[in-house]
Amino acid sequence: MRAFDYHQVADSEQAIEQAVRSRQAKYLGGGTNLVDLMRETVERPQTLIDVTRLSRDIDETAEDGLIIGAAATNAALAGDARIRSRYPLLSRAILSGASAQIRNMATVGGNLLQRTRCAYFYDVATRCNKREPGAGCDALEGFHRYHAILGTSSSCIATHPSDMAVALAALDARIHLRGPEGERQLAITEFHREPGERPDLETELQPEELIVAVELPPLPMAVRSEYRKVRDRASYAFALVSVASMVELDGETIQNVRLSLGGVGTKPWRAWRAEAALRGQPATEATLAAAVDAELAAARPLPGNAFKLELVRRLMIAELSQRLSDARNGGDA
Amino acid sequence: MSALDKGRSGDRQPSGVALAGDYWRPEGRLDPLSEKGRIGIGAPLSRVDGAEKVTGGARFAGEFTFDGMVYAALVYSAIANGRILAIDQREAEAMDGVVLVMTHENAPRLNTPPVFLRSPNGAAGDDHPIMQTDRVHWNGQPVALVLAETQEQADAAAESIRVDYAAEPAMTDFELARTHARQPDNVLGGPAEITVGNADEAFASAPHRIDAIYTTPRHNHNAIEPHALTLAWVKAGENDGEDETLRIHDASQCVDLAVASLAEVFGIDAAQIHVTSPFVGGGFGGKALWQHQILAAAAAKLADRPVRLALSRKGVYRVVGGRACTEQRVALGADENGRLQALIHSGVAAMTRHNNLPEPFFQATKCLYAADHIRLSIDVADMHMLANTFMRAPGESVGTFALESALDELADRLGMDPLELRARNEPERDPTSGLAFSSRHLLEAARSGAERFGWSERSATPGRRREGEWQIGMGCATATYPYMRMPGAAARITLTPDGATVGIAAHEMGMGTATVQTQVAAARLGLPVEKIAFHYGDSHLAGSVLAGGSQQTAAIGGAVIAAQRALVAELLALVGQGSPLSGLSPDEIECRNEGLGVLGDDSRFETYAQILARAQRSELSVEADAAGSEELANWSMHSFGTIFCEAGVNSVTGEIRLRRLLGSFDCGRILNPKTATSQFRGGMIMGLGLALMEETLFDPRSGRVMNPSLADYHVPVQMDVPEVEVMWTDIPDPHTPMGAHGIGEIGITGVGAAVANAVYNACGKRVRDLPITLDKLL
Ligand SMILES: Cc1cc2nc3c(=O)[nH]c(=O)nc-3n(C[C@H](O)[C@H](O)[C@H](O)COP(=O)(O)OP(=O)(O)OC[C@H]3O[C@@H](n4cnc5c(N)ncnc54)[C@H](O)[C@@H]3O)c2cc1C
Ligand code: SF4
Repeated sequence: MRAFDYHQVADSEQAIEQAVRSRQAKYLGGGTNLVDLMRETVERPQTLIDVTRLSRDIDETAEDGLIIGAAATNAALAGDARIRSRYPLLSRAILSGASAQIRNMATVGGNLLQRTRCAYFYDVATRCNKREPGAGCDALEGFHRYHAILGTSSSCIATHPSDMAVALAALDARIHLRGPEGERQLAITEFHREPGERPDLETELQPEELIVAVELPPLPMAVRSEYRKVRDRASYAFALVSVASMVELDGETIQNVRLSLGGVGTKPWRAWRAEAALRGQPATEATLAAAVDAELAAARPLPGNAFKLELVRRLMIAELSQRLSDARNGGDA
Repeated sequence: MSALDKGRSGDRQPSGVALAGDYWRPEGRLDPLSEKGRIGIGAPLSRVDGAEKVTGGARFAGEFTFDGMVYAALVYSAIANGRILAIDQREAEAMDGVVLVMTHENAPRLNTPPVFLRSPNGAAGDDHPIMQTDRVHWNGQPVALVLAETQEQADAAAESIRVDYAAEPAMTDFELARTHARQPDNVLGGPAEITVGNADEAFASAPHRIDAIYTTPRHNHNAIEPHALTLAWVKAGENDGEDETLRIHDASQCVDLAVASLAEVFGIDAAQIHVTSPFVGGGFGGKALWQHQILAAAAAKLADRPVRLALSRKGVYRVVGGRACTEQRVALGADENGRLQALIHSGVAAMTRHNNLPEPFFQATKCLYAADHIRLSIDVADMHMLANTFMRAPGESVGTFALESALDELADRLGMDPLELRARNEPERDPTSGLAFSSRHLLEAARSGAERFGWSERSATPGRRREGEWQIGMGCATATYPYMRMPGAAARITLTPDGATVGIAAHEMGMGTATVQTQVAAARLGLPVEKIAFHYGDSHLAGSVLAGGSQQTAAIGGAVIAAQRALVAELLALVGQGSPLSGLSPDEIECRNEGLGVLGDDSRFETYAQILARAQRSELSVEADAAGSEELANWSMHSFGTIFCEAGVNSVTGEIRLRRLLGSFDCGRILNPKTATSQFRGGMIMGLGLALMEETLFDPRSGRVMNPSLADYHVPVQMDVPEVEVMWTDIPDPHTPMGAHGIGEIGITGVGAAVANAVYNACGKRVRDLPITLDKLL
């Protein structure tokens, strides 16, 4: 790691000012991802602007949702009583990730912007289009067990590794941004990009732009939501496949559903196609199978990750079936 | 019959310990310390260094300092074979704090290190020249070293160094390499092919046959303490180059061999090198001599500054070898009763032309089953890779996966209980050497383990037990590891009126050696443990004991037996006329109550303090070499055990979670149940990792390890580890010091197969390719 300048800022205004003034600046959250990448010389910022003093509050919104300061730690968010009762899948998603130590350091902003775990991305002795556009992709014919089958391109097949973001995608969370030009909001599903020809461009974030908060709209059905993660060991491993799900029944008709996937997409994957195929349909096995097929029709598995196609299919069916039976047993909560 | 064997009946607890005799001979005497109830032996003494370790007081090799010390960082090659065309180090040399950039162009001339098991002085993993030429031999080889005033400066400078290579074709794909496999000239000093009868013929005509290929991946060493050392070239006097000594604090499991090797490399006298290693954070076979120690010493010489070199975790993956991948065939031919007529265990392991360790996967098969016809063979596939090396139970850990899976397959085919199949093939004598076993109670261990585990609950048909999404099954496998006692051990005992110091160039890597050997020395000398100081981990101490092959306990034991005899002889020579002990020979003596007494006669006794005082001596110091390991020529000597596993397989996701593990071992006398439990349990947990997750991702295109970190290279985390129970027969081996066997490695053996067999019993899927990951069960 090379020497860098370090600035601590008190609020977003200062952060942005500092970023505009500095050369090759990066915002620093808990540092659990950025510092690792600096050690590997994948990231080589000259300036770090520590944004952990930005708001870490979790507040009620006027619409009965919650707004979370970007500097809130993953541990604090997962442990918040309102999150646990109103958006339990978010708490579970966060707790299924990393380790307690890392979650104590990691911030909400940093979690959304953490970069892929593709081994070739981490190793500057190999070829990677995300690190160096046009260089080639060593994962395509190399190790890609952890790589995506949805949203891939011939340039890059890397997954977005965040568990938290998968839950946020199901909740239609909104990302509050602030930059030199002022403030704006984006739906989380519009925030991350698919790789296409430019896998180096991972989000819609503009230079110097900062994540200041994440807003959770009210969502009563989320009370009975789940996050299930399948991985190579019982803890401290990234998802091979994960599913965030919630379902609302009207009699035996699926009135509403939210479904998103981790470990299989190049971004936190909202299963729009499956949701569309479920909404308003009878709650039958055939409906579930058709919805899953609709979502996975576009999947592009490779030899090393072909198992994910079957795994994600099974996991989606199992989870949706369970949500349906929860809904039946829990009445119209 | 010795005095000891007589008159020890009744309820009288023996208060003293007679001297051990010739336990290694067929008619030899049992070491009296192997008797049950010996004071201190078998007591659960807590670690003597436990408090020091948990409070941070124990200093590890990378925590020592020297005045003027600088820090080292390595640059690793990015190709597997070829030449270095140019190294651009200008930026690095201009950076703050940089003291030296060393490459093959300015490194001091060094001799090629002697390789482990090839040369008597060999501690090195391979015999590549070290930074002497522009050749690159593996992806990850150190090509430059930076010294700087701080670690951060050294790291930053190392990153700025640009290396241009001329890559040449490299053999980095095992699938390709195995098609050019060759027979190595030896496997651990023995033949690479062993035959009894004609196994291929017998197999062809056997009524029941299993013939399968099992594969195991590469593994990397991941001791909790990454390799580190701090060293200085210390000048004795003014401009007297001759007397310069190389002082090294290393994390080492072979201080003495390291000295011998380094002396050859630097062309200096072994007496000019001093290596100490009081604490080692895990070795497992990986902490011998690799390039980093030699490079650090060379750079220190060049810069004329003391150096600390601490490998990063990634660095360990680049310069310290691991376990080689294997492809093994096991073919079993059995008669109607399950008796083995043919047993074939053959295959290929990756290796290099520069080391000498064909992954010895047939080791366990040599002694386990009474087959009429046996053929065992190992071929090696030469690759451009970092030399593979020893890793906890090299051979047995992956070999038992293949053999014990195949046995399970045969039992299934025959509709026979797997334990019953094994019992029917229990040999009378070692099936390949023909020697009698010195101590083999495998069936007893299996029986008691099965009972404790509830083996009878197992359904013979797979897929019968279910809890929700989980399918549950049970499996078992035999564990085994050889007993060894390598030559070279010696011990010094220094007796004072206040107690005794035992010094021996052995090692404590977390196994509990210091604790157990304190216990043993106390029992042997009739002293309380508080009056024993056990000194180890220092090349200046007596003898040369390798912490490897699970042989330290016996090797130290043998050396202390010899030193005790010498000590008693010297004490008897000192006693003179007035003593109640005068005129006696060592064999009439026992050590008891902090002194010497006459065997069978409580009235004739003198304390060590009295003897020393009368002779006007403040101390008495003796050193003796352990007796030669004749026992190994007289018997087939092994530890045994049976591993039981209960596994759950998720029918939706294929996830595997172990629910219970039990190991029932037959490893001679257990000296300390506390440290022994940790050793067994730790080994079994490592076996769990081998079964379910450990795998080095070696990119076949580049020969590069792609998961050189503990985030990406999976070892078990707390939540993966179920209840692990261990038990043992505690039957002493009559032909070893203390009746004990080493227990450091047996725990990992058998676990891979026990898990695979449990997974099969749970869901009916047979996985023959480690690790057993969920995709293989979908
Ligand atoms: C061993 C290991 C295992 C892990 N396992 C998991 C897992 O199983 N599941 C999982 O989901 N995650 C896992 N993680 C990843 C972890 O969740 C992330 O590292 C963490 O969330 C990143 O947060 P941070 O605050 O430390 O980010 P940092 O490392 O500080 O920053 C990450 C990125 O975000 C940018 N950034 C930070 N804050 C802001 C802001 N407010 N505005 C704009 N940009 C910002 C930084 O510039 C940087 O580019 C693991 C990490 C490790 C090291
Ligand atoms: S998958 Fe993407 S991140 Fe990985 S090597 Fe290819 S381009 Fe790079």
